[in-house]
Amino acid sequence: MSADKPVPASVEPGQPVDPPVDVAAEAPRIGVYVCHCGTNIAGTVDVAAVRDWATERLGPHGVVISRDYPFMCSSLGQELIEEDIRELGLNRVVVAACSPHMHEKTFRGACQRAGLNPYLCELVSIREQVSWVHTDKVAATAKAEAMVAGGVLRVREQVPLEPLRVPINETTLVVGGGIAGISAALEIADAGFPVHLVERQPSIGGHMAQFDKTFPTLDCAACILTPKMVTAGSHPNITLHTWSEVTDVSGYVGNFTVKVLHRPRYLDTDLCTGCGICQEKCPVKVVDPTFEAGVGYRKAIYRPFPQAVPKFPVLDPDNCIYFERGTCKACEKLCPPGAIRLDQQPEEVTLQVGNIILATGFEAFDARRVEPYGYGRLPNVFTSLEFERMSNASGPTGGQIVLRDGVTEPQSVAIVHCVGSRDRNFNNYCSAICCMQSMKFAHLVREHTDATVYEFYIDIRAPGKAFDEFYQRVQDEGTIFIRGRVAEVTDVLRLPEEAAEDGRLIVQVEDTLAGRQRRIPVDMVVLSVGLEPQPDAHEVARRFGITCSSEGWVIERHPKLDPFATMTEGVFAAGCALGPRDIPSSVTSGAAAAARILGRIQQREMALEPIRAIIDDERCSGCRICNDLCPFSAITFDDARAVTEVNPALCQGCGVCIAACPAGAIRGTGFSDAQIMHQIEGILMDTSATGPADAVAHATSPAGAAAEAVPA
Amino acid sequence: MSSYLYYPGCSLSGSARAYAESLAAILTPLGVELKEIDDWNCCGATEYLTLSPLRGYALIGRNLALAESQRNGTSTLVAPCSACYANLAKTDRFVRDSAVLREQLNGALAADGLQYTPGSITVRHLLEVLIEDVGLDEVRRHVTRPLHGLRVAPYLGCLVSRPDYDDRWSRHEQPRELDRLMAALGADVVDYPLRTACCGGHMTQISPNTGFELIRRLVDAADRREADLLVTVCPMCQMNIDAYQDEMNHHFRTDYHVPILFFTQLIGLAFGLEPRALGIGTEIVSAHRALGRIGIEVPAAEEVAVPAGPAGPAAREGRRAPRPQGLPMPHLDEDDR
Repeated sequence: MSADKPVPASVEPGQPVDPPVDVAAEAPRIGVYVCHCGTNIAGTVDVAAVRDWATERLGPHGVVISRDYPFMCSSLGQELIEEDIRELGLNRVVVAACSPHMHEKTFRGACQRAGLNPYLCELVSIREQVSWVHTDKVAATAKAEAMVAGGVLRVREQVPLEPLRVPINETTLVVGGGIAGISAALEIADAGFPVHLVERQPSIGGHMAQFDKTFPTLDCAACILTPKMVTAGSHPNITLHTWSEVTDVSGYVGNFTVKVLHRPRYLDTDLCTGCGICQEKCPVKVVDPTFEAGVGYRKAIYRPFPQAVPKFPVLDPDNCIYFERGTCKACEKLCPPGAIRLDQQPEEVTLQVGNIILATGFEAFDARRVEPYGYGRLPNVFTSLEFERMSNASGPTGGQIVLRDGVTEPQSVAIVHCVGSRDRNFNNYCSAICCMQSMKFAHLVREHTDATVYEFYIDIRAPGKAFDEFYQRVQDEGTIFIRGRVAEVTDVLRLPEEAAEDGRLIVQVEDTLAGRQRRIPVDMVVLSVGLEPQPDAHEVARRFGITCSSEGWVIERHPKLDPFATMTEGVFAAGCALGPRDIPSSVTSGAAAAARILGRIQQREMALEPIRAIIDDERCSGCRICNDLCPFSAITFDDARAVTEVNPALCQGCGVCIAACPAGAIRGTGFSDAQIMHQIEGILMDTSATGPADAVAHATSPAGAAAEAVPA
Repeated sequence: MSSYLYYPGCSLSGSARAYAESLAAILTPLGVELKEIDDWNCCGATEYLTLSPLRGYALIGRNLALAESQRNGTSTLVAPCSACYANLAKTDRFVRDSAVLREQLNGALAADGLQYTPGSITVRHLLEVLIEDVGLDEVRRHVTRPLHGLRVAPYLGCLVSRPDYDDRWSRHEQPRELDRLMAALGADVVDYPLRTACCGGHMTQISPNTGFELIRRLVDAADRREADLLVTVCPMCQMNIDAYQDEMNHHFRTDYHVPILFFTQLIGLAFGLEPRALGIGTEIVSAHRALGRIGIEVPAAEEVAVPAGPAGPAAREGRRAPRPQGLPMPHLDEDDR
């Protein structure tokens, strides 16, 4: 970095009002601001005493002004700082107030507007760390004083820092072609920017494509989804990569390099017309465990559903006669344009993208795990996805609700809520959509058949628009609601009077409103299974450099205020990858992530916090101890020069490598050893003594400060 | 020869004598040696723990302490009775998890000059030891008289697969271990849904109506599925279904006749051993007719004529459960039939 005046960081909107302050040539002139935060701080800490103490005892360390104020974060409070910087020539600021998580940005912004580099401002938390956790006022005040001393001694060692600016590639990667991914992709593509949409299945559409109707409007899922699918499939700005997976991600925000593996479809998509003759003529019929939820069939070469986008089938080599023993090849022989390519290989492509949205969706809870419900053992117990396929007019039964024999219409149906959800044995959380889905099923059963419908619930969750009205409607239609968690679904008769029910299922439940056990004979049971993360969620999180919870849901940056960003810059998440949610929420989070990305693209570059690790080449001995420690994959080893390097864009400044380096060759900008040691000395200062503080005061010459200056 | 410490439990010398006899008969072919704990005492069954937990644990813990002191190359304690097994396993686990209980228990045991170090004994059920350690392949090797044509309903009872502290059982409500063992003997295994359903336990004494209802459910389910007999691992279950079947029939005015044998007896039969040596013929609901169907002669004690009635064999026709066809079924584990 040159020894010229530091260029101010234009992180915040608006340019600095005043010419920048050159701290390199000056002795520290520190302003201390003690906030009352109403009574939050002032109720426990004697803020006036802290203010006076700062002037008296810390004056020799450079404090030229010390103030207290009811609300430092207010405009007036900030203006105090700005005026002092201008009028008193302050070149360091210490604000004793709330946690930096709250207002560090606020006060840094104030400094910047007054022309002071924002990284010369230090926020000391005397609220979360003092007034909110202590009741003894004398001790709390002493502690606040010590912490202010720590802040003052630290800030003397701080130097101006410049954020790293990275360009933003305007191409975006969306992983997952369900409704969330499609929504996000369309928002970005419609705004005029290119999108790569990667989907693991042969077609986009996700789980929504499997549903029959959607609640509460009872819109046909495919009817509202397929137009979006078609648009996504034919959009000039969207490149679809279906039957594909992301295999590698490297780089950082604005500049990711992504490898995508295209699995072989075994046909040439330039020639295939989508006529479907291959599918028709294929002699191998197998159970389709994915799209048909195991309750329907497909061929070895297949299109998952008629409205698939893209229209090209895929060949499943595990069930294909040709791949098993070299014969058949009916598809190849009969394909009119001759598009079948049985020797096709997987192909890997490399994409350069600026931002990534993970919209990988959910997997349904495996109902076989709940043994008392007999799924997998008792033929007429179905899961919600199986029921959706059955109810769907283009499903395996043509929309008829029938028992497992494929023929008999049920006279009574039991719908069981909370299977695998709200259950300490499986998943503790509520899966959000199953109550509405269950009531939708009740309505559909009554639409298709004359059956009596029982709903077994714990609580009814109907929070959305028109949701509770739908609940009332389903009740009015005559569905019988029984409040009780089903204990058992069995085909074993117990009471002598049940002899007439031989062959049916018995639902045993405690009817908690009636206060008694009930055994209710039904023909068919539908289990509303909960939502779980995708089984490879942890692996995917590692691949994209983000974190997911122990269950596997992607962890958002802030659950309330930033629910679609991750802690990794440039990687966002949308839809059920974050947790169970319904279609409108998925669409919303996809659009929100898209909006954030469009903002970034439009700004063309992004400033990254300059708090990171820097390696001194001269001191690095090439021992490589730090290489495997970096949780952000920011450390690489330069074989040619035999030294380790840190990628400043990936580095998050966690400090692990700094601590590990035996040669002390790595230091942290914004948290150097000098800064931390001085802060400790300040905290250990004897606050009970009077008069000028006689604690350690290392002379920090301007030359010393410049030596710590960091290349931008 | 694999060797284990052995806790027989009281019923093995009483109502479940057939269990003990048949077990003794099959040990040598299976290469298993059981060393009975010297001076073992009652396992506390179910009642004592509800009256006084500490006394209960002390009673059970004494057996564990004796086992620990009599370890000689093996620290696995095998119990054939499910209640004994559950009590011993539970106590070991609780003493392991609670320092307070450990102290109190060893304080009590000290009066008899005994100590128990939790975890020093591994408690396992006889069935699981045979399947896991001996292995089904070894069992198959010794089958000289496969039980083809014998329709067997495997009934484990409530205590064997739950609680499963050491994760030994495949599933907990529908474990398939006994099914697989019976299949290895060549029997036709009925898909019996009440594998772990309650037999009534001591309800036959405390609340007979409840007890009979539970027994009836088990017997009826086996009868409906045309099982020739039930096979079990627990003396309590065997006694309830065997000794109380007449009373249950009387109570409901039915006339089920579903014999129940111990799994060791069936292993013995498949190994070609004589029924008498396996205690067969001593059961109250006679297995004479069931075994006669596959050509095994059993001394009939006193055959009571079974009139054809609503639960009799003649009425079984026309009551088959609908076989699934049409829509495909999800699969359970690999080893399910």
